[in-house]
Amino acid sequence: MHPKNQHEKTILAPLHRVTTGDYLLWGALLALMLTGLAAWIWQYLQGLGITGMNRPVYWGVYITNFVFFIGLAHSGTFISAILRIAGQSWRAPLTRAAEAITLFSLPFGAGSIIIDMGHPERILNLILYGRFQSPIMWDVTAVGLYMLSSIVFFYLSLLPDIALCRDRLTNVPRWQQRMYKILALGWNGSPEQFRRLEKVLDGMAVFMTMLVVTVHTVVSWLFGMTVQPGWHTALIGPFFLLGAILSGTAAVVIALAILRKVYRLEKVLHTGLFNSLRKLLITFVLGWLYMMIAEHLTIGYASMTEEMTVLNDKFTGTYSLIFWSMTVLVFVVPLLVFIFKGKNNIGWMVFASVLINIGMWMERYIVIIPSETSPRLFHNMGQGSYMPHLPEVLITLACFAGLIFLYALFTRFFPIVPIWETAEALPGHTHTNETSPVPQPAASD
Amino acid sequence: MPRWGMVIDLDKCFACQSCTAACRMENNTPVAGKDQAGMGRAILWNEVLPFTEGEYPNVVETMIPRPCMHCDNPACIKVCPVQATFKNEEGTVLIDYTRCIGCRLCTVACPFTVRYFNWYPPEWPEEMKAHLNPEPEVAPRPKGVVEKCTFCTQRLRKARETAEAAGRTFAATDYIPACVQTCTGHARYFGDLDDPNSLVSKLAHSPRAYRLFEELGTQPKVYYLKQG
Repeated sequence: MHPKNQHEKTILAPLHRVTTGDYLLWGALLALMLTGLAAWIWQYLQGLGITGMNRPVYWGVYITNFVFFIGLAHSGTFISAILRIAGQSWRAPLTRAAEAITLFSLPFGAGSIIIDMGHPERILNLILYGRFQSPIMWDVTAVGLYMLSSIVFFYLSLLPDIALCRDRLTNVPRWQQRMYKILALGWNGSPEQFRRLEKVLDGMAVFMTMLVVTVHTVVSWLFGMTVQPGWHTALIGPFFLLGAILSGTAAVVIALAILRKVYRLEKVLHTGLFNSLRKLLITFVLGWLYMMIAEHLTIGYASMTEEMTVLNDKFTGTYSLIFWSMTVLVFVVPLLVFIFKGKNNIGWMVFASVLINIGMWMERYIVIIPSETSPRLFHNMGQGSYMPHLPEVLITLACFAGLIFLYALFTRFFPIVPIWETAEALPGHTHTNETSPVPQPAASD
Repeated sequence: MPRWGMVIDLDKCFACQSCTAACRMENNTPVAGKDQAGMGRAILWNEVLPFTEGEYPNVVETMIPRPCMHCDNPACIKVCPVQATFKNEEGTVLIDYTRCIGCRLCTVACPFTVRYFNWYPPEWPEEMKAHLNPEPEVAPRPKGVVEKCTFCTQRLRKARETAEAAGRTFAATDYIPACVQTCTGHARYFGDLDDPNSLVSKLAHSPRAYRLFEELGTQPKVYYLKQG
């Protein structure tokens, strides 16, 4: 038994064939990934000296990528767990698209830490000799747990749809049919199975919500637990978390718009979804401004010597260009676009969301680097500078390519819109499912 | 059990850098070369840092020699995820180079920036290679690990061995690091801070004594005697 969904054919359409365009895209992305892999092998053989890192800038774009990718991963959990608990039923069509971002950006976040290590082959030392007093161990634990529970959460909500693919997609290659058969774990869609599934997902949503708050706070504590100027502030945790949800939600807008266009899902991923996301994004952008002012005003007003060195470096010094363009990219332009242009206009929404994500990467960079160039001991010696080198650029590109590659691959083999969650009726349910995908009238906006 | 500490008299120091040079010979820190040093990648367990106050013509320049502070409550140890850096029972902060994973959290956590990373495998000009210090404690470190001043821990071991061979008990005055021995102006003092009669302990309690960033609570065991 399968849920009844009027859009089933539309959603399953992309799964029937792999186009030449797909092969070209995958090929290009794979090439980028291989270049990055080669750069990493080169770095492993030569030493981290081939990067632009130095003393006192011991951490560069790898750690920036780590923070950024973990932040991007917050999209899925926010939409599927937090909004699930809040009973926001409009989110149903976009849950999987958002969760897939979580699932596929986490490996590159965690991987960035390994790429940054001087001795990646000693990674088992973390288990053999782990010291739980260290923020790195907190990260390993939190991110590891997050990755594991994201996979479980994602897979569980995918189960009914894999079973549907198993039964409906009879014209696809044999290996693909076998894959569905194995992955479906014998799901037969009985009302009891759906009842249990909903129960488990509700329970996990509570756990995931706690985890998502913990993970990005712990990521920020990598910096916040030190006494370095610019990092040692209690606000760094909430600020990182809010930034993560902002960039994650913006990433969902981008992904949805592309999926909608490429796979002709206009009816399912309707404009109403973008209007709902727009409201969320306006809230987060304003929250970002609040955090920004709270942090910088506190530091600037107190004007402690070492803190001011870092602050001045951001406001008027070496990093002022990045700092102010970040403010324009994350806050000024997106807010104006969302308020005046974003309603019912997907193009503008995507434009602002791309700006937000570029700006958020810059924000991670601007939090990390200026504190390092002016460490406490050197604050009046003006020491330290940093410019990423080619291997760092190649590896960064490879990480982004990897995220897109996994995402593109997934959407060709699995339905990216949850069919059972957007169904009109589930087996055993007499009433209409409340998570109906029917477009909301514009009046609801 | 001694608690090793150092006192540096800034009135006597004239920034000749012989401590830096002696440290390099004693501890086999590699030669970075001009380009790498320009990028800030030279490994100098001991550095002499200039601090300038005021503007021309009223300038006060203070030169501060900076070894590892060997803090009693070090910021580096608690952040190490694999316990590769640790404090031994005599209070000296050391690193296990075979365990360090090279994550560099300790290097960013140390407020005194005393920790150095091996960006490349260590290198020396041919002429110098033959004259490396053969002690096992200072065997060249591989690329990808963090290193720093150890208060010349190999000298402590040798001093203990010498005392044992001569059949006498080891005294705290038997051992000094290379920078202290070489200091041209006799500006450096070294010894047991827990012994109230030792010279370092007396100097550490002098009214001129201060420590860097005392307010951070890391409890450095390197004291400075104020200039002027």
